[in-house]
Parts: sequence; C-alpha cells; structure tokens
Amino acid sequence: MTKAKQTAQEEFALLELSMDEIVDKVEELSGENVFDCYQCGMCSAGCPLAEEMDLLPNQVLHALQMKDPEAMSANSMWICASCYTCQVRCPKGVDLAKVMEAMRQIYLRKRMDHVSLDGLSHREIRRLPQIAIVASFRKKTG
Amino acid sequence: MNKLEKLTYFPGCTLKDTASDFEISGMAVMEALGYVLEELERWNCCGTVFSLTDDDLMHQIGPVRDLIRAQEAGSEEIITLCSMCYATLKRSSLFVNGNQERLDKINAFMNKEIDYEGKVSVHHLLEVLRDRIGWEKVEERVTNPLEGLSVAPFYGCTLLRPQEIAIDDPDAPTVLQDLTQALWATPIDYAYSVECCGAYQVVDHRDVVIERTHRIMSAARRAGADVIVTSCPLCHFNLSDTQKELVRTIPDYEEMPIIYFTQLMALGFGVEAGKIPASLKAKVKRLQTVKGEG
Ligand code: SF4
Ligand code: SF4
Ligand code: SF4
Ligand code: SF4
Repeated sequence: MTKAKQTAQEEFALLELSMDEIVDKVEELSGENVFDCYQCGMCSAGCPLAEEMDLLPNQVLHALQMKDPEAMSANSMWICASCYTCQVRCPKGVDLAKVMEAMRQIYLRKRMDHVSLDGLSHREIRRLPQIAIVASFRKKTG
Repeated sequence: MNKLEKLTYFPGCTLKDTASDFEISGMAVMEALGYVLEELERWNCCGTVFSLTDDDLMHQIGPVRDLIRAQEAGSEEIITLCSMCYATLKRSSLFVNGNQERLDKINAFMNKEIDYEGKVSVHHLLEVLRDRIGWEKVEERVTNPLEGLSVAPFYGCTLLRPQEIAIDDPDAPTVLQDLTQALWATPIDYAYSVECCGAYQVVDHRDVVIERTHRIMSAARRAGADVIVTSCPLCHFNLSDTQKELVRTIPDYEEMPIIYFTQLMALGFGVEAGKIPASLKAKVKRLQTVKGEG
C-alpha cells in the first residue's frame, strides 16, 4: 500500500462516520441522489482529470452506492477541478461536481485541510496568481 | 463626440493585478464601440469559486455584496470580463434571485447593508458583444483586418458550464469563432477548445496542469493556430506557465502567443491592446504589409 493511500485511510478513520452516515451527508450537502446514477460511464469518459484519479468519477459514485469506504479514501475528490464536464454530459442529470464537493466538505468541516501555505515555497506563492491560490484554498481548506 | 453608453463593470482582483492587459484592452475596445465600462464602487472579491454545498450561505455573502453594490448604483446588471468572476457572480445571482427564503436569510445576516432585492443579473462581455452590439457593428469598427491570422479559441470551463450559466452551447460554442471572423481572422477547429486546463490544481498538482495544457497547445498548433485566445485569467496563467516550462526543457520550442479576446479585438481596431507577445505583433504587422502591397 502506498503511503498516500494509507494516510487517506487513516484520515477516513478519523472522521468516525459510517458509510451510511457519509452517504446521507453527501446527499444532504449536495442535494443529489447518488442512486440516480446508472453507471453509464459518460462522466469518466469526459473527465479531463480521470487519468490522475484512484477511482474514476463513475467509480466514485459506484463506491458510494455500495457504501465502499474507498470512495472517501481515493484521491479523486481532491483531483477534481469542478470543471463541470461530467455535469453537462450526464444523461441522468447527476451533478457529480457537487457530489465531489460534498465529499471534500465532510473532511474540510472537520478541519482536515488538503493544501496549506506551509506546503508552498515563497517562490511559488509569488509566482502563482491570486486567482489560483484563492480558488485552491477555497476548495481544499475549511 | 457622441456620449458613451455606460455598462456597470465588475473587474475582479485578477484584472487589477496579473491580468491588467485584459482590462486595458477591454476598456479600449468598448470605448471604440461607444461604451464605457464604469467600475462598480467598493466591489469586493467574489471568492473565485461558487460554493457547491446547498447549506453554505456564508460563501454567498461576498458575491451578493457585489450585487448590492450594483443595486446601490441603480443598475440592474453587472458585466464581467474575467470568466471566473462571471461564473461565481452569475451562479450566486441565480441562487438567490427569486428565492425569498434565501434572500431573507442573507439579508438578515448582512445587517449593515441595505437589503438585496434580487434583481441584478450578471452578464459576460462576450454576451454584450454578441447580443447587444452585434458582430456587424464589431466588424464595422475594424481598421486593421486580421486577414490571414489563424486563431484557436480556448473557452475553458466557466463560460460554458454548468449548463444553467452557459453563454453558448456547452459542447459546440461559436461566440469566440464569430468574434474572430468579425475581425477578419480565421478561427480554427481543434479538439480541446472547451476542455478544462486543470484550473487551481496548478497550486498543488502542477504536473497535471502542465500535462493538460501541453496537450491543448499542441493540438492548437497542429491545427495551424498562430495564437490562442481566452477569456479566463487562470487559463491564461496556466497555459503561459506551462510554456515557460516547455521553453526551458525542449530545445527550439516555439512559443504560442496566448492573449485575451479583448486584445485580439484591440489589434483589429488599432487601439491600446496591452502587452502583445512580440512574435504575434510581428506576424500581424507582416500580414498587414502583405495586404497593403497586394
Ligand atoms: S454520467 Fe451520470 S449516470 Fe453516467 S456514470 Fe456518470 S454520474 Fe452515473
Ligand atoms: S467536475 Fe470533476 S469529476 Fe467532473 S469532469 Fe470535472 S474534474 Fe472530472
Ligand atoms: S474570480 Fe477571481 S479574479 Fe474574479 S473577483 Fe473572484 S477572485 Fe477575483
Ligand atoms: S482555468 Fe482552466 S479550469 Fe478554469 S475556466 Fe479556465 S480552463 Fe477551466
């Protein structure tokens, strides 16, 4: 098991939530029904960042449907860029970008941030435009 | 001189900083078309990204304040140039306008502000050009036709997605191509014009962004592009940032100029365009001399 994966699983354990509770919370925060998805795979076919994800976007939904904790330990939600390609293509009208955000929020609301200023060098902070830093911190910190 | 028509303009922080060429050229071309972009007073940063969780009213406050500023100014609309500001403000306006319960909650929370009435709509400058001014008027204003210049439009995400805020067909938009044609340049077709560049992932997954933007630019080059045109300062940064990396690592790498759509217009109108990459300037000049001789 890779170190990143192990840490992700540890982090999931720190949430102290069952998968039933997680799925309820995801649905409540996103306003989406994860069981609407019928696994056609259109979202993953169009997702520009799918290659980088441990679980493809449709697999994330499948894992949620199956109450499989891997949904919460896979890196997918942190790689997702909220580009909304999946949302415009989903034949079932599932807003996967909102589902991903809800999953992130479950961590972020417990103060488990996924990006920090300490992790960036001064050079990078100076190099990056405000628009990138503000967006990244809005998505990955609580 | 004719009086200029006013548009209530929200610049956003990036246009005041790294994307100043976008604002400079935007002001100049709109003036040439008879409009003045009047900056909203005391605007604040919209927060860049729209909050996607339904219970999170907190993060609507920033954008709603900007809508209040427009209301105070007696305007029923806000025009943006930055496509990320467009998306955030537009989505916030759709989230609260016409929803009394949300309006009441937000207004109750912002007790130092006047109540927001839910009447301000948000538009992108490209919509104004297409729907109010029209491509014919744009074309009439052209003094330096960009004939022979091949332009790759790069829409990115936030002008087109999600569906409810799309300014054009999310899968097959034409607004940037139509603008290009009005300037006498040639729009080119390539597979990546509506793809995502990786956005803010550049902060902690820069390699992913480099990989994606390299693919986008290679496809545009193969299709014969002389320049890539965008309306998003983050796309602009990501594409340019990757190019710096490519110049460093690939011998003889030839840079692809990346500019804002307002800069392309400024070249066609012969008005202040901000900084234009030297290779593009030379190319445009060459095209115009050839035409002059021919
Ligand atoms: S496109 Fe929609 S229905 Fe198809 S797998 Fe993705 S989320 Fe499920
Ligand atoms: S919103 Fe996220 S999951 Fe959907 S296509 Fe974009 S990156 Fe992929
Ligand atoms: S999107 Fe960005 S540039 Fe625009 S106002 Fe918001 S934070 Fe600033
Ligand atoms: S920065 Fe990239 S992700 Fe954003 S709108 Fe531009 S293309 Fe999309």
